[in-house]
Amino acid sequence: MSNRLSGPLHDVSGEAGYDGHPERVGFFTDTSVCIGCKACEVACKEWNFVPEDGLLLTGMSYDNTQQLDANSWRHVAFIEQAAPVRTTALGMPTVGPPDGSAVTLPPAVGDGDVPADLGTGPQTGDEGDRGVRWLMSSDVCKHCTHAACLDVCPTGALFRTEFGTVVVQEDICNGCGYCVPACPYGVIDQRKEDGRAFKCTMCYDRLGAGQQPACAKACPTESIQFGPLDELRERAHQRVERLHEQGIDEARLYGEDPDDGVGGDGAFFLLLDDPEVYGLPPDPVVTTRDLPSMWRHVGAAAMTLAGGALLSFVGRRR
Amino acid sequence: MAENHPVGFQWVMEAKRRGAKVLHVDPRFTRTSAVSDVHVPIRAGSDIAFLGGLINHVLTNGLDFREYVLAYTNASAIVREEFRDTEDLGGLFSGFDRETATYSHDSWKYEGADPGSDHYTDQQSDQETDQDAATSRAEAAGSGGPRVHSKPHRDETLQHPRCVYQVLKRHFARYTPEMVQEVCGVSPDQLQEVADTLVANSGRERTTALVYAVGWTHHSTGVQIIRAGAILQLLLGNIGRPGGGILAARGHASIQGSTDIPTLYNILPGYLPMPHASQHQSLDEWVRTDEGAAGFWGNIRDYAVSLLTAWWGDAATADNDFCFDYLPKLTGDHGSYRTVLDQVEGKVAGYFLVGENPAVGSSNGRLQRFGLANLDWLVVRDLQLIESATFWKNGPEIETGELKTEEIGTEVFFMPAATHVEKKGTFTNTQRLLQWRHQAVEPPQDCRSDLWFYHELGKRMRARLAGSEDPRDRPLLDLTWDYPEEGAHGDPDAEVVLREINGTGPDGSALSSYTQLTSDGSTRCGCWIYCGVYADETNQAARRKPGQEQDWVALEWGWAWPANRRHLYNRASADPDGKPWSERKAYVWWDDEQQRWTGHDVPDFIADRHPHHEPPEGASGPDAIGGSDPFIMMTDGKAWLYAPAGVTDGPMPTHYEPPESPVSNPLHPHQQHNPARRAYPHELNARNPDLAEAFPYVFTTYRLTEHHTAGAMSRTLPYLSELQPEFFCEVSPALAAERGLEHLGWATITSARTAIEARVLVTERMRPLRAGGQVVHQVGLPYHWGPNGHSTGDAANDLVNVTVDPNVHIQDKVGTCDIRPGRRPRGEALRSHVADHRLRAGMATEEQAWARHREQQAEQSGEDEVAESEAEDPHDDEQGSNQ
Repeated sequence: MSNRLSGPLHDVSGEAGYDGHPERVGFFTDTSVCIGCKACEVACKEWNFVPEDGLLLTGMSYDNTQQLDANSWRHVAFIEQAAPVRTTALGMPTVGPPDGSAVTLPPAVGDGDVPADLGTGPQTGDEGDRGVRWLMSSDVCKHCTHAACLDVCPTGALFRTEFGTVVVQEDICNGCGYCVPACPYGVIDQRKEDGRAFKCTMCYDRLGAGQQPACAKACPTESIQFGPLDELRERAHQRVERLHEQGIDEARLYGEDPDDGVGGDGAFFLLLDDPEVYGLPPDPVVTTRDLPSMWRHVGAAAMTLAGGALLSFVGRRR
Repeated sequence: MAENHPVGFQWVMEAKRRGAKVLHVDPRFTRTSAVSDVHVPIRAGSDIAFLGGLINHVLTNGLDFREYVLAYTNASAIVREEFRDTEDLGGLFSGFDRETATYSHDSWKYEGADPGSDHYTDQQSDQETDQDAATSRAEAAGSGGPRVHSKPHRDETLQHPRCVYQVLKRHFARYTPEMVQEVCGVSPDQLQEVADTLVANSGRERTTALVYAVGWTHHSTGVQIIRAGAILQLLLGNIGRPGGGILAARGHASIQGSTDIPTLYNILPGYLPMPHASQHQSLDEWVRTDEGAAGFWGNIRDYAVSLLTAWWGDAATADNDFCFDYLPKLTGDHGSYRTVLDQVEGKVAGYFLVGENPAVGSSNGRLQRFGLANLDWLVVRDLQLIESATFWKNGPEIETGELKTEEIGTEVFFMPAATHVEKKGTFTNTQRLLQWRHQAVEPPQDCRSDLWFYHELGKRMRARLAGSEDPRDRPLLDLTWDYPEEGAHGDPDAEVVLREINGTGPDGSALSSYTQLTSDGSTRCGCWIYCGVYADETNQAARRKPGQEQDWVALEWGWAWPANRRHLYNRASADPDGKPWSERKAYVWWDDEQQRWTGHDVPDFIADRHPHHEPPEGASGPDAIGGSDPFIMMTDGKAWLYAPAGVTDGPMPTHYEPPESPVSNPLHPHQQHNPARRAYPHELNARNPDLAEAFPYVFTTYRLTEHHTAGAMSRTLPYLSELQPEFFCEVSPALAAERGLEHLGWATITSARTAIEARVLVTERMRPLRAGGQVVHQVGLPYHWGPNGHSTGDAANDLVNVTVDPNVHIQDKVGTCDIRPGRRPRGEALRSHVADHRLRAGMATEEQAWARHREQQAEQSGEDEVAESEAEDPHDDEQGSNQ
């Protein structure tokens, strides 16, 4: 039998014991069209009765949510970057069909990656000032193919749903907190008041009623797309291709690859910069990936120990 | 747009996905800039110079869509010889009266408009010496055109030196890339990029849309900024065509509706001008200016009489002028800011605030609160206990000791209101689309809908007056006020009200078109432009046929005025012969076989009027519309590149500096401000002197996605408050360094009105600009906060001086300020802090100004002090500046 703790897993719900289950669903968050309205954050809290998370002006651009935690299941990051002012002519407009090739650059993005050395002056009010780029991205629980939070949960509060998502049941969670360090993304978190763990459920109740999650429903620009994961992956690849054709070489997918450290995410992203820029780990690995080898090592060590003990008895006989 | 209209912005993103270029012009780098192809930072309040630069580019290089311009605009009309341009008179057009700060429009008119035979013209020029009657006409132009002679002399070659095209070209000739850079801080390269994109995106095959919000309207030159946008779009052929237009993103839900069925003092439903007490003694006098003019506005008597009969029913008869005398009449400026000043002067007894929070949301909040504190009674209807209802206990003036709770006589009645999910009715969006919304739940406790409130108020007042013989009570007692009630609270049936607005015919059945209205008293209609919303006795606004079940124009979703047309003036989407300009942009066209106009939309034209139709001599009303006159509400059927009437502050837009500016006007060094702007000189509304060193920076106020207007609907909610928990100001790193401001530290921002404090966000999204020969720093101030609610803070609008656009009385949101690190002084020290700044700027302190004010009042007891001071110099708004 293949290793179920890491690597690609075609039928995640089937592996969890569901027969005749629906397709695995997920989120594709295309940050290239996010306008940072935070409707996803509010819709999530409204639907799921997530409490207010405190009034704190963080100074991190317009991001006063800071991170995903027990009381924030969607988090829109705002990243202000210095970028060269782009004054190249736009050229003749293109005419294209709806699926056409005419997607264009965000402002102040040159060809290729934004160079580390901007080569432009500070803001002086003169020509040649450097411009800015403002990246926005709505983060969420990744609903990993191999979800360490679920694997380490001793009570069964965390479980794999028939939709392939990962949900924590608040009436079963005993607040042990094992899941918190297990998550490679730092998503799941305990509420201070009672220690129970909370995170995005992908609106399990809505999915059961044939509805899409509240955040995707509220997103005005289709930055958050919900649907069968296979379809979303295909759509995401096309989108990246189109952006590359437009010269946005830095567009890349994150969390989409079934061969990555978590077996691919149920919620993956299109990013315009390195994951670290958005506060995402560059190479997340499910913390249970090494369990088999750990057990092998433990086994070997135990064998060695047992062997040594046996030998010593054997020796004593002599 | 992404900041304040994120839901509407989805369509911009959709257009972008399909290949559209998105250009964003804004002083700040906002959420919109983040996803636009180009962001052009611009000095706040310099929009006319920027647009003028684009217009000049088009005219100088002959890049206009000539066939369109020639056929559909007034480019070829000849302007009178007497007309003088701002370029000739150092920043003034001909006809300016310095005493009243108003223009006479006589010299602006077309040649060929013979005053002898055209009594309307005379009548209008008489009127327009009175600014209020004139602004009433200007507002009316929102639906119909001001009256001009329909057949001016023309020069189709556009070579005549006094033809509009040449006049326009000369007017904008100095708006060169270098001038634009000097005024706006926009580089020639950036201007070129925008110009090239717009030109390349216009013409037969392509169209460009301009979208604006209060960044254009909230200026003392607001109407002229939008006029500049209109001129550019007309030159490029982008009006009346799909994908074109000038789109106003409104401030909040149904602002369009509150203009159509107005909450404005100088217009009546359907943009009928409010009658003036001295000029309109009868129905005839009231409608004479417009009656018989070419186009649909010529039928104004039908609309006016039908409105009167809708309101006063059987009591309105031909014998009593259809109760014309019952209408309230204008006697002067009754605008919001004038009224507030009158409150301060003790001339106003009572006040209704409905869904409005002037203590936070209006300019010069301090002035607003002094006014509210000087009333006998105040009714506040709102969802939350807003600052305008609690100023008497926790306003900033209580803290400074200037107002004392025990001394404020205003009796405040707070009436909790029902939210939009707790009542039914329509919203009218910026596309003039009426959409019905249903009631989801009953309002809790004492909360009631506005409809309930006014219906109930009317019922109770009528009950009090029952049996009265006093003629002054007749307007109330004769009102048709018999709406059926429903629901737990006895709400009037909103659909019955909508049907009344739609109008009914002689047999009492719902009308289907405003062309059915008559002036004999047999038809009733609450708002002529809404006629048809209840056609076939059906609530057309409630239609919700999904988009995928109909074509892209979606005529079966809701209902748009007029006549369910989705795109105004769409006759212009076809060429003069009635054929689409291009297949790609086909929208409405002439079908030769059927001998009718047809297309994707409801043609905004007389359905069977042949494209080559020439109206007979002497025709009036709709009969006078030629086959290639798409602009059917304009009396000459043409769109106006040059406005010979109807705009109070000039026939063409001109750049003037905002009322407060750190630079002198590079374009007209001797005319700093809009000469016709309306200032409100008052001790509490002192203006920072021009170029004052004490107020060296520009501030601009704006909104954030996370909050809504004055905050009552967002600062009170935990989920929205936590997203933007505190009032902050945005400054560039350069300004922060210059003033020693620290990121997340506090800053005190000071104007001649007051000082406020805000947390500091230092960001490169704000940038200094080089303009007027210097580096101009701009301070960004979101204006949502006040002392009430879950998230609290100082109110940015307390800083703003009240100076308004003379056409529509909208205030300027840009001003000058000082910014210093640290929290603002408390108590009396706050006033001393402001007094210090005023003295440094060469102004009197407020105390000194008040003392002088009282002296003056004693001297001229009985006379209207403000009128007096206006007679000296209407813009002497630096009270006591030369102490």
